[in-house]
Amino acid sequence: MTLPYGTVSDVACLAPTLTPPSPLDTLRLLLLPSHRLVQIMNPFALIGRTFLEFLSATGRLAWFAGTSVMHCFRPPFYFRQIGRQVVDIGYFSLPVVGLTALFTGMVLALQSHSGFSRFDAESAIPTVVVLSITRELGPVMAGLMVAGRIGAAIAAELGTMRVTEQIDALTTLSTNPYKYLIAPRLIAGTLVMPVLVLVADIIGVFGGFLVCVYRLQFNAANYISQSWQYLEHRDVASGLWKAAVFGFIITLMGCYNGFNSKGGAQGVGAATTNAVVTASILILVSNYLLTGLFFADK
Amino acid sequence: MSDAVPKIQIHGLKKSFGDKHVLRGLDLSIGKAESVVVIGGSGTGKSVLLKCILGILEPDAGSIKIDGVEATKLSGSARDAHLAKFGMLFQGSALFDSLPVWHNVAFKLIQAQGMPRKQAKERAIATLASVGLSPAVGDLMPVELSGGMQKRVALARAIAAKPEIIFFDEPTTGLDPIMADVINELIVKCVREVGATALSITHDMASARKISDRIAMLHEGRIIWQGPKGDIDHSGNPYVDQFIHGRAEGPIRMQVKRF
Ligand SMILES: Nc1ncnc2c1ncn2[C@@H]1O[C@H](COP(=O)(O)OP(=O)(O)OP(=O)(O)O)[C@@H](O)[C@H]1O
Ligand SMILES: [Mg+2]
Repeated sequence: MTLPYGTVSDVACLAPTLTPPSPLDTLRLLLLPSHRLVQIMNPFALIGRTFLEFLSATGRLAWFAGTSVMHCFRPPFYFRQIGRQVVDIGYFSLPVVGLTALFTGMVLALQSHSGFSRFDAESAIPTVVVLSITRELGPVMAGLMVAGRIGAAIAAELGTMRVTEQIDALTTLSTNPYKYLIAPRLIAGTLVMPVLVLVADIIGVFGGFLVCVYRLQFNAANYISQSWQYLEHRDVASGLWKAAVFGFIITLMGCYNGFNSKGGAQGVGAATTNAVVTASILILVSNYLLTGLFFADK
Repeated sequence: MSDAVPKIQIHGLKKSFGDKHVLRGLDLSIGKAESVVVIGGSGTGKSVLLKCILGILEPDAGSIKIDGVEATKLSGSARDAHLAKFGMLFQGSALFDSLPVWHNVAFKLIQAQGMPRKQAKERAIATLASVGLSPAVGDLMPVELSGGMQKRVALARAIAAKPEIIFFDEPTTGLDPIMADVINELIVKCVREVGATALSITHDMASARKISDRIAMLHEGRIIWQGPKGDIDHSGNPYVDQFIHGRAEGPIRMQVKRF
């Protein structure tokens, strides 16, 4: 006897009535490829699904980024909004970024002193401080602090506007939300972060100077000339380019998560968390990639 | 209105959220300078209807024509021009809480039409006066207002730029009876004097009778009855009868459990 979809023994193991199924048959039933349990536990399916979800999320983000950037370059430009964001993102972040940079520079001087004194290399401290701050710690620390401050604020503001229909209201008032809400934030974030990091660089180096001169009894004039001696143009420039990229990432993630939030207060909370976490991770990853790019030759 | 192209023509409009079918093939047509009120139970999809026409929600199927032009597949500047015709009062007001009241009202004038701020502010103050709010209110922030005041500001914002088509989602909900009547008068004035086309949603039958030329009833995703407002009392439709008399017993079953 032949059945269209299988052999007699296949059918026998599925029929519960006649004979009790042997343990082997039960096992086969469980392992049938179409069985749910197998599907859930199948590691390949899980990896595949996660990968596909990752791809579609990346695609959505890329589309959002593309649309937003396009609107940054097309009129009308809302200069008032850009100005407001420059003040919000730049000016009001100064205290927190300055404080972070100051203590980073100070701790860097202390740490390198305690390390370098083991092999009498204290004279390298000014150079280490200035290079670490301008190349890495200035942009990264400022980026992470601003991600916490601005990324969260943008996501919360846009998220609230989304769930209270203010973004829908914008479109009914002939105003494109990408142009009015998102473009000013992206422009301000990208332009202001380098300035913020330049300030952080100066304050950070000054922090190292304070510790070395007042606590470790370095000669002040020597310290300053040593700081300058090995500093190259591109040490600072690479840090500022990084800062611009970080500024774009922070504002983009804030806007993306806020703009697409749904489901009331809880949704806004989730958007805020996502904005900060994704921005921070992307900052660290892109920092590595950019460093590789800038200093590929040595 | 029968011979001219209708201002708004909706045909076979469908919209679902997951497996919840909210609009199931809705047909409605509204003539120029006509005022239509849509009534219907809570959660039947009246607000969804307005948002579909505006393009805030994307319909699953059907056609929406504004001035004879298909509006569901517009993009770019064509969509901007389409949206410029509308004014909308949102059910939840949706005022911009980071801007003072006057700027909310003047928003479209300043941002989209490029009117100088000083002139736009004067216009905003005048519009606020027409919804019964004093000039001093203009300088407050939206959070400092009561719910009814917010609703009136939102109404002022919807009409300030004198749009061709105005949507009012529950314009009188949350207002005292006297103020509700002032608002009714204002809506009538917008239609009669400015020649705007109005589509309103309300649960308030007194208001519906006052502001409408025609009433349409939405039930289970379709317009089950429509006619001139005078006919509403002898519509011969049991659903309409139950609704306008507000009876719990009748063909419309509310999904509530006894407690
Ligand atoms: N964004 C959305 N996502 C999922 N479901 C939605 C959404 N918007 C509306 N709905 C559903 O669509 C249905 C109709 O909603 P709508 O807001 O249009 O009701 P309504 O007729 O305006 O009611 P009311 O008179 O109470 O304002 C509701 O059942 C609601 O749950
Ligand atoms: Mg509604």
